[in-house]
Amino acid sequence: MARARDLHVSYAQHVRLVSSRWMAVGFIALAAAWLLAPLVLSEFQLDVGSRVAIFALGAIGLNLLTGYTGQVSLGHAFFIGTGAYAAAWAGGDQGWPLWIWLPAITLLGTALGAVIGPFALRLRGNYLAIVTLGLLFLGEHVFNNWESVTGGGAGRAVEAETTIGPLDVTSLELFGAEFDREQSLFWFIWLLVGIGALVAKNLVRTRPGRAMQAVRDRDLAAEVIGVSLARYKVGAFAISSGYAALAGGLFGMLQRYISPTEFGGQLGLFLSIQYIAIIIVGGIGTVFGSILGAFIVGAMPRIIESVSQEQDIPFVFGDAGGQDGFISVFSLNQALFGILIIGFLLFEPRGLAAIWLRLKAYFRSWPFSY
Amino acid sequence: MTEFLQLLFQGIALGSQYALIALGFVVIYKATGVINFAQGGFVLVGAYLAYNFNQTWDLPFPLALLLAMAAGALLGAIVERLLLRRMVGEPVFAVLMITIGLLFVLEQSATSMWGFDNLNLGDPWGIETVEVADLNLAVADLWTIGLAAAAMAAFFAFFRYTATGVAMRATAVDQEAAAAQGIAPGRIFALAWAVSGAVAALGGITLAAGPAQLAPGISFVALAAFPAMILGGLDSPAGAVLGGIIIGVTQSLTAGYQPDYAEWLGTNFHTVMPYVVMILILLVRPYGIFGTREVRRI
Repeated sequence: MARARDLHVSYAQHVRLVSSRWMAVGFIALAAAWLLAPLVLSEFQLDVGSRVAIFALGAIGLNLLTGYTGQVSLGHAFFIGTGAYAAAWAGGDQGWPLWIWLPAITLLGTALGAVIGPFALRLRGNYLAIVTLGLLFLGEHVFNNWESVTGGGAGRAVEAETTIGPLDVTSLELFGAEFDREQSLFWFIWLLVGIGALVAKNLVRTRPGRAMQAVRDRDLAAEVIGVSLARYKVGAFAISSGYAALAGGLFGMLQRYISPTEFGGQLGLFLSIQYIAIIIVGGIGTVFGSILGAFIVGAMPRIIESVSQEQDIPFVFGDAGGQDGFISVFSLNQALFGILIIGFLLFEPRGLAAIWLRLKAYFRSWPFSY
Repeated sequence: MTEFLQLLFQGIALGSQYALIALGFVVIYKATGVINFAQGGFVLVGAYLAYNFNQTWDLPFPLALLLAMAAGALLGAIVERLLLRRMVGEPVFAVLMITIGLLFVLEQSATSMWGFDNLNLGDPWGIETVEVADLNLAVADLWTIGLAAAAMAAFFAFFRYTATGVAMRATAVDQEAAAAQGIAPGRIFALAWAVSGAVAALGGITLAAGPAQLAPGISFVALAAFPAMILGGLDSPAGAVLGGIIIGVTQSLTAGYQPDYAEWLGTNFHTVMPYVVMILILLVRPYGIFGTREVRRI
């Protein structure tokens, strides 16, 4: 008896990671793209690609908290900053090797999230956004004043160790060929994104993941059937902070210089909003959407900046066209984020992932429309 | 003692500004259940409009102030009608993010129209001060306190004595029962946003008046009004006023004494003091001084 391809007859089948042959092909294609990209892309493109990867990693974490557990956080930038400074201290000042400091800063982020979480999550819904907003400002103050670690207001260099055994992730030597910094980091960071996505995907299809989604869908009902709200909210906050710290450490490693204003106050809020924009644009409550959104939101400002240096964009001043126009490149970027968020929430609240799923559904039953 | 009184006075002036902004938050929250992160954008646009009416169009300052408040009210009503009305019944997260998106759009619209430079609002108070019993009182601060007090009195009278104000309170208590009495919730929502926009414009003008100049940064001062709102209780206008004053005074006293007595807390600790107070409040009294405890029914 022939059976429809997408008929699932068991739960295990429903939550399988690779649910069809086409998906397996897709994963292999992605892996091939990951391997080949550094060989064909330019240095600038690889740099943008690595930044997109860092955004993706942080966004996966935020999606676990916001998309899967339904808790809004504006404090993501604080944990990113913590990770970046921790990397500078542990990998640079203390000289710990990469395979120790990278897990260590992730654990630090998780622990910090677990300590702050109970305060922030004591109240429901709206309150969390305001409390985590406070975290941004308190964080900026600490980054500015704890000079022995953070270098104060002027910022500090990040000279973290980058070797794992014989391999240096900033200048890989494989099979007799040498690769430069951009190529090596691209491979390394995207590898971590792959691992991070796998961990997140596995988390959400197991018992704690289902509990998190129950909290998101109806916290009262979840509590009644025996899900401990405090435990899963704080747990999700801690894990999301861990992802953020890891992303921050990688950001420090990539950029090699960090300063407090990037992670606190006004620009910190902007950074947090960027992460929220990523998951809204990509798709709330999907791991794959976090990565998709990172491509759009992470790459957009850099691309607009580089375009503005080469040619005249209408209505924009400070670009290659000179001082005509009424909006600066910086303002254009910020306003575009605002418009992206509002537009997606009004017209496609489930993000690009929903568009993709609709397309897939359309072609699955093609040429029939249902 | 003189120093203490001086700081107290400055704190009350600062607190009145926070109170005005927090009042704007509370009006919207009480009527619609939305926390409006774009309030800072309204504050900013209101102040810049006052600048525009006064400096560019040469209108007298009191008229410019009233016009800016009217324009702020109009902006609030438009935003409600165009964006927030579509989001009724959507998840809290989505509504919240709409207002954050709006904050960025409003801020950048203001900077692209008026630039990033510090501007002189053209208020009649300038940097003058008067001396009362050894205290140096800035005229702008006195006016801020006076204007805020007048606005709050008008605000409370409106909600207490006018039919529209009572209708707004009724909607806040029970939307369906109010609708059954012939009150249109949609109109009430738009009105709440309009009131909030007007109050925000006034708040923005007091923030930019006097020695402090008009710059895009004032939309971030508005964020410091969140702790005031939490302290007073999210849904209590009186709480917002009291919370604003407490936060303002605490911040001013911290700025005065912390460098001498608790230097280890770092420079500019007073800028984060509101958030420290907020976290302490959340620990001991999570629903604020006058806030309604949330009741959950199964």
